[in-house]
Amino acid sequence: MIIPNELKYTRTHEWVRLETDGALSVGITDHAQELLGDLVFVELPEVGRTLAAEEACVVLESVKAAADTYAPVAGSVVAVNEEVVAAPERINRDAYAAWLFRLAPANAADLEKLLDAAAYKAAIDAQ
Amino acid sequence: MLKTTVLNAAHRALHARMVDFGGWEMPVNYGSQIEEHHAVRRDAGMFDVSHMCAVDATGPEIKTFLRRLLANDVGKLRTPGKALYSAMLNESGGVVDDMIVYRLDDAHYRVVINAGTTDKDLAWMSARLEDWRLAAILTPLKGEREAGMIAVQGPNARERVWAALPEIRGLTENLPPFFGVPVSTSAYGELFVATTGYTGENGFELTLVAARTEKLWNALLSANIKPCGLGARDTLRLEAGMNLYGQDMDEETSPLDAGMAWCTDLASDRDFVGKGALLAQGRRHAFLGLKLLEKGVLRAHQKVRMPQGEGEITSGGFSPTLKVAIALARLPLGVAVGDRAEVEIRGKWLPVEVVRPPFIRHGKAVGAK
Repeated sequence: MIIPNELKYTRTHEWVRLETDGALSVGITDHAQELLGDLVFVELPEVGRTLAAEEACVVLESVKAAADTYAPVAGSVVAVNEEVVAAPERINRDAYAAWLFRLAPANAADLEKLLDAAAYKAAIDAQ
Repeated sequence: MLKTTVLNAAHRALHARMVDFGGWEMPVNYGSQIEEHHAVRRDAGMFDVSHMCAVDATGPEIKTFLRRLLANDVGKLRTPGKALYSAMLNESGGVVDDMIVYRLDDAHYRVVINAGTTDKDLAWMSARLEDWRLAAILTPLKGEREAGMIAVQGPNARERVWAALPEIRGLTENLPPFFGVPVSTSAYGELFVATTGYTGENGFELTLVAARTEKLWNALLSANIKPCGLGARDTLRLEAGMNLYGQDMDEETSPLDAGMAWCTDLASDRDFVGKGALLAQGRRHAFLGLKLLEKGVLRAHQKVRMPQGEGEITSGGFSPTLKVAIALARLPLGVAVGDRAEVEIRGKWLPVEVVRPPFIRHGKAVGAK
Protein backbone atom coordinates (compact mmCIF):
# COMPACT_ATOMS: atom_id res chain seq x y z
CA MET A 1 0.00 0.00 0.00
CA ILE A 2 1.48 3.35 -1.10
CA ILE A 3 0.89 6.52 0.99
CA PRO A 4 3.08 9.38 -0.31
CA ASN A 5 4.35 11.65 2.45
CA GLU A 6 3.81 14.95 0.63
CA LEU A 7 0.02 14.53 0.29
CA LYS A 8 -2.89 15.15 2.67
CA TYR A 9 -5.65 12.60 3.25
CA THR A 10 -9.21 12.12 4.51
CA ARG A 11 -10.73 9.28 6.49
CA THR A 12 -12.90 8.53 3.44
CA HIS A 13 -9.76 7.68 1.42
CA GLU A 14 -9.28 10.81 -0.69
CA TRP A 15 -5.81 12.24 -1.26
CA VAL A 16 -5.28 15.99 -1.66
CA ARG A 17 -2.39 17.82 -3.30
CA LEU A 18 -1.83 21.60 -3.06
CA GLU A 19 -0.97 22.86 -6.55
CA THR A 20 1.20 25.95 -7.20
CA ASP A 21 -1.87 28.04 -8.11
CA GLY A 22 -3.51 27.31 -4.77
CA ALA A 23 -6.00 24.78 -6.18
CA LEU A 24 -6.33 21.35 -4.54
CA SER A 25 -6.15 18.22 -6.68
CA VAL A 26 -8.26 15.38 -5.29
CA GLY A 27 -8.11 11.67 -6.02
CA ILE A 28 -8.63 8.35 -4.23
CA THR A 29 -5.84 6.56 -2.42
CA ASP A 30 -4.06 3.41 -3.47
CA HIS A 31 -5.74 1.66 -0.55
CA ALA A 32 -9.19 2.75 -1.82
CA GLN A 33 -8.55 1.55 -5.39
CA GLU A 34 -7.37 -1.77 -4.03
CA LEU A 35 -10.55 -2.17 -1.97
CA LEU A 36 -12.76 -1.29 -4.93
CA GLY A 37 -11.02 -3.49 -7.50
CA ASP A 38 -10.96 -2.64 -11.20
CA LEU A 39 -12.78 0.64 -11.85
CA VAL A 40 -15.13 0.67 -14.82
CA PHE A 41 -17.02 3.96 -14.63
CA VAL A 42 -16.38 7.43 -13.19
CA GLU A 43 -18.86 10.30 -12.95
CA LEU A 44 -17.26 13.68 -12.12
CA PRO A 45 -18.88 16.93 -10.87
CA GLU A 46 -19.58 19.88 -13.16
CA VAL A 47 -16.88 22.54 -13.31
CA GLY A 48 -18.10 25.53 -11.31
CA ARG A 49 -20.10 23.47 -8.81
CA THR A 50 -19.79 24.68 -5.22
CA LEU A 51 -19.16 21.91 -2.72
CA ALA A 52 -19.48 21.77 1.05
CA ALA A 53 -16.83 19.86 2.97
CA GLU A 54 -17.61 16.11 2.90
CA GLU A 55 -20.21 16.54 0.17
CA ALA A 56 -20.47 13.53 -2.18
CA CYS A 57 -19.39 14.72 -5.64
CA VAL A 58 -17.90 11.78 -7.59
CA VAL A 59 -19.41 8.37 -8.32
CA LEU A 60 -16.95 5.54 -8.82
CA GLU A 61 -18.19 2.18 -10.03
CA SER A 62 -15.90 -0.81 -9.91
CA VAL A 63 -16.39 -4.44 -10.84
CA LYS A 64 -17.39 -4.93 -7.22
CA ALA A 65 -19.31 -1.90 -5.98
CA ALA A 66 -20.33 1.71 -6.38
CA ALA A 67 -18.65 4.26 -4.12
CA ASP A 68 -18.88 7.99 -3.54
CA THR A 69 -15.93 10.31 -3.32
CA TYR A 70 -16.32 13.36 -1.09
CA ALA A 71 -15.03 16.94 -1.20
CA PRO A 72 -12.19 17.03 1.35
CA VAL A 73 -12.84 20.71 2.12
CA ALA A 74 -15.41 23.31 0.99
CA GLY A 75 -14.72 25.02 -2.33
CA SER A 76 -15.64 25.19 -5.99
CA VAL A 77 -14.70 22.79 -8.76
CA VAL A 78 -12.23 24.45 -11.16
CA ALA A 79 -11.26 21.44 -13.29
CA VAL A 80 -12.10 17.76 -13.80
CA ASN A 81 -9.90 15.03 -15.25
CA GLU A 82 -11.69 13.72 -18.35
CA GLU A 83 -8.87 11.20 -18.88
CA VAL A 84 -10.10 9.07 -15.97
CA VAL A 85 -13.65 9.17 -17.37
CA ALA A 86 -12.34 7.80 -20.67
CA ALA A 87 -10.06 5.26 -18.97
CA PRO A 88 -11.07 4.53 -15.35
CA GLU A 89 -8.31 1.88 -15.13
CA ARG A 90 -5.83 4.77 -14.78
CA ILE A 91 -6.98 4.98 -11.17
CA ASN A 92 -6.00 1.34 -10.58
CA ARG A 93 -2.71 1.78 -12.37
CA ASP A 94 -1.56 4.86 -10.41
CA ALA A 95 -4.07 6.26 -7.95
CA TYR A 96 -1.90 9.31 -7.16
CA ALA A 97 -1.42 10.32 -10.80
CA ALA A 98 -5.13 9.90 -11.62
CA TRP A 99 -6.57 13.03 -10.02
CA LEU A 100 -10.36 13.32 -10.28
CA PHE A 101 -11.11 17.03 -9.82
CA ARG A 102 -9.47 20.30 -8.72
CA LEU A 103 -11.03 22.46 -6.08
CA ALA A 104 -10.48 26.18 -5.31
CA PRO A 105 -10.80 25.97 -1.50
CA ALA A 106 -13.17 28.37 0.23
CA ASN A 107 -10.61 28.67 2.98
CA ALA A 108 -6.98 27.74 2.26
CA ALA A 109 -6.34 27.03 5.93
CA ASP A 110 -8.80 24.08 5.79
CA LEU A 111 -6.04 22.00 4.19
CA GLU A 112 -4.29 21.87 7.54
CA LYS A 113 -7.28 20.07 9.08
CA LEU A 114 -6.70 17.04 6.85
CA LEU A 115 -4.68 13.97 7.82
CA ASP A 116 -0.99 13.65 7.05
CA ALA A 117 0.41 10.36 5.71
CA ALA A 118 1.15 8.92 9.17
CA ALA A 119 -2.33 9.78 10.49
CA TYR A 120 -3.97 8.29 7.39
CA LYS A 121 -1.96 5.10 7.77
CA ALA A 122 -3.02 4.91 11.41
CA ALA A 123 -6.67 5.43 10.38
CA ILE A 124 -6.53 2.53 7.92
CA ASP A 125 -4.80 0.26 10.38
CA ALA A 126 -7.53 1.00 12.94
CA GLN A 127 -10.31 -0.03 10.50
CA MET B 1 -13.47 -19.93 11.12
CA LEU B 2 -13.41 -20.00 7.30
CA LYS B 3 -12.92 -23.25 5.43
CA THR B 4 -9.95 -23.40 3.09
CA THR B 5 -9.28 -25.45 -0.03
CA VAL B 6 -6.17 -27.50 -0.62
CA LEU B 7 -4.89 -24.64 -2.84
CA ASN B 8 -5.04 -21.94 -0.12
CA ALA B 9 -1.25 -21.66 0.20
CA ALA B 10 -0.89 -21.57 -3.59
CA HIS B 11 -3.28 -18.59 -3.76
CA ARG B 12 -1.36 -16.75 -1.07
CA ALA B 13 1.93 -17.39 -2.85
CA LEU B 14 0.36 -15.65 -5.88
CA HIS B 15 -0.70 -12.68 -3.69
CA ALA B 16 -4.39 -13.32 -4.22
CA ARG B 17 -6.89 -11.06 -2.51
CA MET B 18 -8.85 -13.53 -0.40
CA VAL B 19 -12.53 -13.13 0.55
CA ASP B 20 -15.22 -15.02 2.45
CA PHE B 21 -17.34 -16.81 -0.16
CA GLY B 22 -20.15 -18.75 1.52
CA GLY B 23 -17.93 -19.70 4.45
CA TRP B 24 -14.89 -20.50 2.27
CA GLU B 25 -11.77 -18.37 2.07
CA MET B 26 -11.34 -18.00 -1.70
CA PRO B 27 -9.34 -15.76 -4.09
CA VAL B 28 -11.47 -12.95 -5.54
CA ASN B 29 -8.60 -11.85 -7.81
CA TYR B 30 -4.82 -12.05 -8.13
CA GLY B 31 -4.46 -8.38 -9.16
CA SER B 32 -6.87 -7.34 -11.89
CA GLN B 33 -10.25 -9.02 -12.23
CA ILE B 34 -10.71 -7.58 -15.73
CA GLU B 35 -7.36 -8.96 -16.96
CA GLU B 36 -8.34 -12.36 -15.58
CA HIS B 37 -11.69 -12.14 -17.36
CA HIS B 38 -10.00 -11.32 -20.68
CA ALA B 39 -7.49 -14.17 -20.19
CA VAL B 40 -10.39 -16.65 -20.17
CA ARG B 41 -12.14 -15.06 -23.18
CA ARG B 42 -8.96 -14.72 -25.26
CA ASP B 43 -6.46 -17.31 -24.02
CA ALA B 44 -6.63 -19.60 -20.95
CA GLY B 45 -7.35 -19.09 -17.28
CA MET B 46 -7.91 -21.39 -14.32
CA PHE B 47 -10.02 -21.35 -11.18
CA ASP B 48 -9.77 -23.23 -7.93
CA VAL B 49 -13.23 -24.77 -7.59
CA SER B 50 -12.27 -27.23 -4.85
CA HIS B 51 -14.82 -25.60 -2.54
CA MET B 52 -17.57 -27.22 -4.61
CA CYS B 53 -18.54 -30.71 -3.55
CA ALA B 54 -18.38 -33.72 -5.85
CA VAL B 55 -20.57 -36.58 -4.68
CA ASP B 56 -20.28 -40.13 -5.96
CA ALA B 57 -23.82 -41.49 -6.25
CA THR B 58 -23.76 -45.27 -6.61
CA GLY B 59 -25.87 -48.39 -6.20
CA PRO B 60 -28.35 -50.49 -8.17
CA GLU B 61 -31.21 -48.01 -7.66
CA ILE B 62 -29.25 -44.78 -8.04
CA LYS B 63 -30.81 -43.96 -11.40
CA THR B 64 -34.32 -44.37 -9.96
CA PHE B 65 -33.31 -42.13 -7.06
CA LEU B 66 -31.91 -39.33 -9.24
CA ARG B 67 -34.89 -39.48 -11.60
CA ARG B 68 -37.19 -38.91 -8.66
CA LEU B 69 -34.96 -36.31 -7.00
CA LEU B 70 -34.09 -33.98 -9.88
CA ALA B 71 -36.12 -31.70 -12.15
CA ASN B 72 -34.09 -32.71 -15.20
CA ASP B 73 -34.10 -36.36 -16.29
CA VAL B 74 -30.86 -38.33 -15.89
CA GLY B 75 -32.61 -40.97 -18.03
CA LYS B 76 -31.61 -38.75 -20.97
CA LEU B 77 -27.94 -39.57 -20.30
CA ARG B 78 -27.51 -42.53 -22.62
CA THR B 79 -23.77 -42.38 -23.27
CA PRO B 80 -21.35 -43.06 -20.40
CA GLY B 81 -19.68 -39.79 -19.40
CA LYS B 82 -22.52 -37.56 -20.60
CA ALA B 83 -23.53 -34.81 -18.18
CA LEU B 84 -26.58 -32.68 -17.58
CA TYR B 85 -27.49 -29.58 -15.62
CA SER B 86 -30.42 -29.84 -13.22
CA ALA B 87 -32.26 -28.15 -10.40
CA MET B 88 -33.12 -30.06 -7.23
CA LEU B 89 -36.47 -28.79 -5.94
CA ASN B 90 -38.35 -28.82 -2.67
CA GLU B 91 -42.03 -29.83 -2.48
CA SER B 92 -43.17 -26.25 -3.14
CA GLY B 93 -41.13 -26.14 -6.33
CA GLY B 94 -38.36 -23.89 -4.92
CA VAL B 95 -34.77 -24.55 -5.92
CA VAL B 96 -32.77 -26.33 -3.20
CA ASP B 97 -29.68 -26.22 -5.44
CA ASP B 98 -28.50 -26.51 -9.03
CA MET B 99 -25.92 -29.08 -10.07
CA ILE B 100 -24.15 -31.00 -12.80
CA VAL B 101 -24.71 -34.76 -12.98
CA TYR B 102 -22.33 -37.02 -14.94
CA ARG B 103 -23.40 -40.54 -15.80
CA LEU B 104 -20.37 -42.82 -15.44
CA ASP B 105 -22.41 -46.02 -15.71
CA ASP B 106 -25.92 -47.16 -14.71
CA ALA B 107 -24.86 -47.72 -11.11
CA HIS B 108 -22.51 -44.74 -10.81
CA TYR B 109 -23.25 -41.06 -11.28
CA ARG B 110 -21.16 -38.14 -10.13
CA VAL B 111 -22.98 -35.05 -8.91
CA VAL B 112 -21.29 -31.68 -8.32
CA ILE B 113 -23.14 -29.37 -5.94
CA ASN B 114 -22.49 -25.80 -4.75
CA ALA B 115 -20.11 -25.04 -1.90
CA GLY B 116 -22.44 -22.90 0.20
CA THR B 117 -25.28 -25.42 -0.01
CA THR B 118 -23.29 -28.65 0.46
CA ASP B 119 -24.48 -29.52 3.97
CA LYS B 120 -28.09 -28.65 3.19
CA ASP B 121 -28.02 -30.60 -0.09
CA LEU B 122 -26.51 -33.72 1.44
CA ALA B 123 -29.06 -33.64 4.27
CA TRP B 124 -31.89 -33.21 1.74
CA MET B 125 -30.67 -36.01 -0.51
CA SER B 126 -30.05 -38.40 2.40
CA ALA B 127 -33.54 -37.74 3.79
CA ARG B 128 -35.13 -38.50 0.40
CA LEU B 129 -33.05 -41.64 0.08
CA GLU B 130 -34.36 -42.77 3.46
CA ASP B 131 -37.99 -41.87 2.62
CA TRP B 132 -37.92 -43.83 -0.60
CA ARG B 133 -35.92 -46.79 0.74
CA LEU B 134 -33.83 -47.13 -2.38
CA ALA B 135 -30.59 -49.07 -2.68
CA ALA B 136 -28.17 -46.22 -3.32
CA ILE B 137 -25.19 -44.63 -1.57
CA LEU B 138 -24.06 -41.00 -1.61
CA THR B 139 -20.35 -40.50 -1.00
CA PRO B 140 -19.15 -36.87 -0.86
CA LEU B 141 -15.52 -36.40 -1.93
CA LYS B 142 -14.68 -34.56 1.30
CA GLY B 143 -12.82 -35.47 4.47
CA GLU B 144 -10.76 -38.61 3.92
CA ARG B 145 -11.73 -38.69 0.25
CA GLU B 146 -11.04 -34.97 -0.21
CA ALA B 147 -10.81 -34.01 -3.89
CA GLY B 148 -9.30 -30.92 -5.45
CA MET B 149 -10.95 -29.34 -8.51
CA ILE B 150 -9.39 -26.98 -11.04
CA ALA B 151 -11.41 -25.48 -13.90
CA VAL B 152 -9.27 -24.47 -16.89
CA GLN B 153 -11.23 -22.35 -19.36
CA GLY B 154 -10.61 -20.41 -22.55
CA PRO B 155 -10.00 -20.89 -26.27
CA ASN B 156 -6.47 -22.22 -25.56
CA ALA B 157 -7.37 -24.09 -22.36
CA ARG B 158 -7.26 -27.60 -23.80
CA GLU B 159 -3.91 -27.12 -25.56
CA ARG B 160 -2.37 -25.70 -22.37
CA VAL B 161 -3.69 -28.58 -20.28
CA TRP B 162 -2.22 -31.06 -22.78
CA ALA B 163 1.11 -29.19 -22.60
CA ALA B 164 1.12 -29.83 -18.84
CA LEU B 165 -0.43 -33.32 -19.11
CA PRO B 166 0.60 -34.75 -22.49
CA GLU B 167 -0.31 -38.25 -21.30
CA ILE B 168 -4.05 -37.43 -21.17
CA ARG B 169 -4.26 -35.96 -24.66
CA GLY B 170 -5.25 -39.15 -26.45
CA LEU B 171 -8.08 -39.91 -24.03
CA THR B 172 -9.52 -36.40 -23.89
CA GLU B 173 -8.98 -35.07 -27.41
CA ASN B 174 -12.32 -36.25 -28.73
CA LEU B 175 -14.34 -35.64 -25.58
CA PRO B 176 -17.50 -33.79 -26.70
CA PRO B 177 -18.90 -30.84 -24.75
CA PHE B 178 -20.64 -31.66 -21.45
CA PHE B 179 -18.90 -34.94 -20.77
CA GLY B 180 -16.75 -36.20 -17.90
CA VAL B 181 -14.47 -39.25 -17.93
CA PRO B 182 -12.03 -40.83 -15.50
CA VAL B 183 -8.47 -40.90 -16.86
CA SER B 184 -6.07 -43.19 -15.02
CA THR B 185 -2.92 -42.59 -17.04
CA SER B 186 -1.96 -39.15 -15.70
CA ALA B 187 1.22 -38.35 -13.78
CA TYR B 188 -1.06 -37.09 -10.98
CA GLY B 189 -2.89 -40.35 -10.46
CA GLU B 190 -6.53 -40.76 -11.43
CA LEU B 191 -8.04 -37.61 -12.90
CA PHE B 192 -11.68 -36.94 -13.63
CA VAL B 193 -11.63 -34.78 -16.76
CA ALA B 194 -14.83 -32.95 -17.72
CA THR B 195 -15.75 -30.60 -20.53
CA THR B 196 -18.22 -28.71 -18.39
CA GLY B 197 -17.61 -25.16 -17.20
CA TYR B 198 -19.11 -21.91 -16.00
CA THR B 199 -17.70 -19.35 -18.42
CA GLY B 200 -19.13 -20.00 -21.90
CA GLU B 201 -15.68 -21.07 -23.15
CA ASN B 202 -14.25 -24.50 -23.86
CA GLY B 203 -11.95 -26.14 -21.38
CA PHE B 204 -11.49 -28.89 -18.85
CA GLU B 205 -12.55 -29.28 -15.26
CA LEU B 206 -9.99 -31.50 -13.54
CA THR B 207 -10.80 -33.40 -10.34
CA LEU B 208 -8.16 -35.37 -8.46
CA VAL B 209 -7.10 -36.37 -4.95
CA ALA B 210 -6.43 -33.36 -2.73
CA ALA B 211 -2.82 -34.34 -2.03
CA ARG B 212 -1.76 -33.92 -5.68
CA THR B 213 -3.84 -30.85 -6.49
CA GLU B 214 -1.24 -28.18 -5.69
CA LYS B 215 1.36 -29.96 -7.82
CA LEU B 216 -1.07 -30.00 -10.74
CA TRP B 217 -1.95 -26.32 -10.16
CA ASN B 218 1.76 -25.42 -10.35
CA ALA B 219 2.21 -27.47 -13.52
CA LEU B 220 -0.73 -25.61 -15.09
CA LEU B 221 0.80 -22.28 -14.01
CA SER B 222 4.03 -23.32 -15.76
CA ALA B 223 1.96 -24.04 -18.88
CA ASN B 224 0.99 -20.32 -18.94
CA ILE B 225 -2.52 -20.69 -17.65
CA LYS B 226 -3.48 -17.53 -15.80
CA PRO B 227 -4.87 -17.96 -12.28
CA CYS B 228 -8.30 -16.30 -12.06
CA GLY B 229 -10.40 -15.47 -9.02
CA LEU B 230 -14.09 -15.64 -8.22
CA GLY B 231 -14.54 -12.03 -9.37
CA ALA B 232 -13.74 -12.95 -12.98
CA ARG B 233 -15.70 -16.20 -12.61
CA ASP B 234 -18.77 -14.13 -11.78
CA THR B 235 -18.50 -11.72 -14.74
CA LEU B 236 -17.74 -14.63 -17.09
CA ARG B 237 -20.78 -16.63 -16.01
CA LEU B 238 -22.96 -13.52 -16.16
CA GLU B 239 -21.86 -12.86 -19.77
CA ALA B 240 -22.53 -16.54 -20.48
CA GLY B 241 -26.06 -16.13 -19.06
CA MET B 242 -25.56 -18.75 -16.35
CA ASN B 243 -27.38 -18.56 -13.04
CA LEU B 244 -25.71 -18.25 -9.66
CA TYR B 245 -27.44 -20.13 -6.85
CA GLY B 246 -28.53 -17.87 -3.99
CA GLN B 247 -28.65 -14.88 -6.29
CA ASP B 248 -30.69 -15.75 -9.39
CA MET B 249 -32.67 -18.48 -7.65
CA ASP B 250 -33.16 -19.99 -4.22
CA GLU B 251 -35.67 -22.05 -2.23
CA GLU B 252 -38.35 -19.38 -2.77
CA THR B 253 -37.87 -19.32 -6.54
CA SER B 254 -39.45 -21.62 -9.10
CA PRO B 255 -37.02 -22.76 -11.81
CA LEU B 256 -39.68 -21.63 -14.31
CA ASP B 257 -39.19 -18.05 -13.04
CA ALA B 258 -35.39 -18.27 -13.16
CA GLY B 259 -34.78 -19.15 -16.79
CA MET B 260 -34.52 -22.86 -16.00
CA ALA B 261 -37.60 -24.15 -17.83
CA TRP B 262 -35.30 -25.70 -20.47
CA CYS B 263 -33.90 -28.10 -17.87
CA THR B 264 -37.19 -28.71 -16.03
CA ASP B 265 -38.88 -31.78 -17.42
CA LEU B 266 -42.63 -31.11 -17.10
CA ALA B 267 -43.68 -32.83 -20.33
CA SER B 268 -42.92 -36.46 -19.50
CA ASP B 269 -44.82 -38.84 -17.17
CA ARG B 270 -41.90 -38.98 -14.76
CA ASP B 271 -42.72 -37.63 -11.30
CA PHE B 272 -40.10 -35.71 -9.31
CA VAL B 273 -40.03 -33.62 -6.15
CA GLY B 274 -41.69 -30.26 -6.78
CA LYS B 275 -43.30 -31.21 -10.07
CA GLY B 276 -46.86 -31.00 -8.73
CA ALA B 277 -46.24 -27.53 -7.34
CA LEU B 278 -44.72 -26.30 -10.61
CA LEU B 279 -47.67 -27.62 -12.62
CA ALA B 280 -50.10 -25.89 -10.26
CA GLN B 281 -48.22 -22.57 -10.22
CA GLY B 282 -47.17 -22.32 -13.84
CA ARG B 283 -44.81 -19.58 -14.90
CA ARG B 284 -45.21 -16.38 -12.93
CA HIS B 285 -42.29 -14.27 -14.18
CA ALA B 286 -40.12 -13.78 -17.21
CA PHE B 287 -36.38 -14.14 -16.68
CA LEU B 288 -34.28 -12.29 -19.24
CA GLY B 289 -31.15 -10.23 -19.78
CA LEU B 290 -30.78 -6.46 -19.64
CA LYS B 291 -28.24 -4.21 -21.29
CA LEU B 292 -27.74 -0.71 -19.92
CA LEU B 293 -27.98 1.93 -22.65
CA GLU B 294 -26.18 4.63 -20.65
CA LYS B 295 -23.09 4.78 -18.50
CA GLY B 296 -23.28 3.10 -15.12
CA VAL B 297 -23.32 -0.38 -13.66
CA LEU B 298 -26.30 -2.68 -13.13
CA ARG B 299 -26.26 -4.50 -9.78
CA ALA B 300 -28.30 -7.19 -8.07
CA HIS B 301 -31.53 -5.96 -6.39
CA GLN B 302 -31.91 -2.82 -8.50
CA LYS B 303 -35.54 -2.19 -9.46
CA VAL B 304 -36.76 -2.44 -13.04
CA ARG B 305 -39.91 -0.75 -14.35
CA MET B 306 -41.68 -1.11 -17.69
CA PRO B 307 -45.25 -0.77 -18.99
CA GLN B 308 -45.97 -4.42 -18.10
CA GLY B 309 -45.04 -3.88 -14.43
CA GLU B 310 -42.04 -4.05 -12.16
CA GLY B 311 -39.09 -6.40 -11.89
CA GLU B 312 -35.78 -6.84 -10.17
CA ILE B 313 -32.20 -7.49 -11.20
CA THR B 314 -30.95 -10.77 -9.74
CA SER B 315 -27.35 -10.53 -11.04
CA GLY B 316 -25.71 -7.51 -12.59
CA GLY B 317 -22.33 -6.13 -13.40
CA PHE B 318 -20.04 -4.61 -15.93
CA SER B 319 -19.27 -6.83 -18.90
CA PRO B 320 -15.56 -6.53 -19.64
CA THR B 321 -16.10 -8.10 -23.09
CA LEU B 322 -19.00 -5.87 -24.20
CA LYS B 323 -17.85 -2.86 -22.13
CA VAL B 324 -21.40 -2.13 -21.00
CA ALA B 325 -23.37 -3.08 -17.90
CA ILE B 326 -25.43 -6.26 -18.21
CA ALA B 327 -27.81 -8.10 -15.92
CA LEU B 328 -30.13 -11.04 -15.43
CA ALA B 329 -33.54 -9.92 -14.20
CA ARG B 330 -36.87 -11.28 -13.02
CA LEU B 331 -39.46 -9.37 -15.05
CA PRO B 332 -43.23 -9.28 -15.47
CA LEU B 333 -44.80 -11.80 -17.85
CA GLY B 334 -45.46 -10.37 -21.27
CA VAL B 335 -42.15 -8.57 -21.60
CA ALA B 336 -40.39 -9.33 -24.89
CA VAL B 337 -36.83 -9.27 -26.16
CA GLY B 338 -36.17 -5.83 -27.64
CA ASP B 339 -38.45 -4.04 -25.17
CA ARG B 340 -37.14 -0.99 -23.35
CA ALA B 341 -37.30 -0.69 -19.59
CA GLU B 342 -35.78 1.50 -16.89
CA VAL B 343 -33.54 0.55 -13.96
CA GLU B 344 -33.12 2.60 -10.82
CA ILE B 345 -29.44 3.26 -10.23
CA ARG B 346 -28.61 5.47 -7.28
CA GLY B 347 -31.91 7.32 -7.45
CA LYS B 348 -31.96 7.81 -11.24
CA TRP B 349 -34.00 5.77 -13.73
CA LEU B 350 -31.74 4.77 -16.64
CA PRO B 351 -32.83 3.07 -19.88
CA VAL B 352 -32.08 -0.60 -20.56
CA GLU B 353 -32.86 -2.96 -23.42
CA VAL B 354 -34.34 -6.41 -22.75
CA VAL B 355 -32.19 -9.09 -24.40
CA ARG B 356 -32.05 -12.88 -24.43
CA PRO B 357 -29.08 -14.33 -22.54
CA PRO B 358 -26.36 -15.45 -23.13
CA PHE B 359 -24.55 -12.22 -23.89
CA ILE B 360 -21.31 -13.98 -24.93
CA ARG B 361 -20.45 -17.44 -26.26
CA HIS B 362 -16.92 -18.53 -27.15
CA GLY B 363 -15.53 -15.02 -26.90
CA LYS B 364 -18.12 -13.46 -29.23
CA ALA B 365 -21.12 -11.26 -28.58
CA VAL B 366 -24.29 -13.26 -29.14
CA GLY B 367 -26.60 -11.71 -31.72
CA ALA B 368 -23.87 -9.33 -32.94
CA LYS B 369 -23.75 -8.89 -36.70
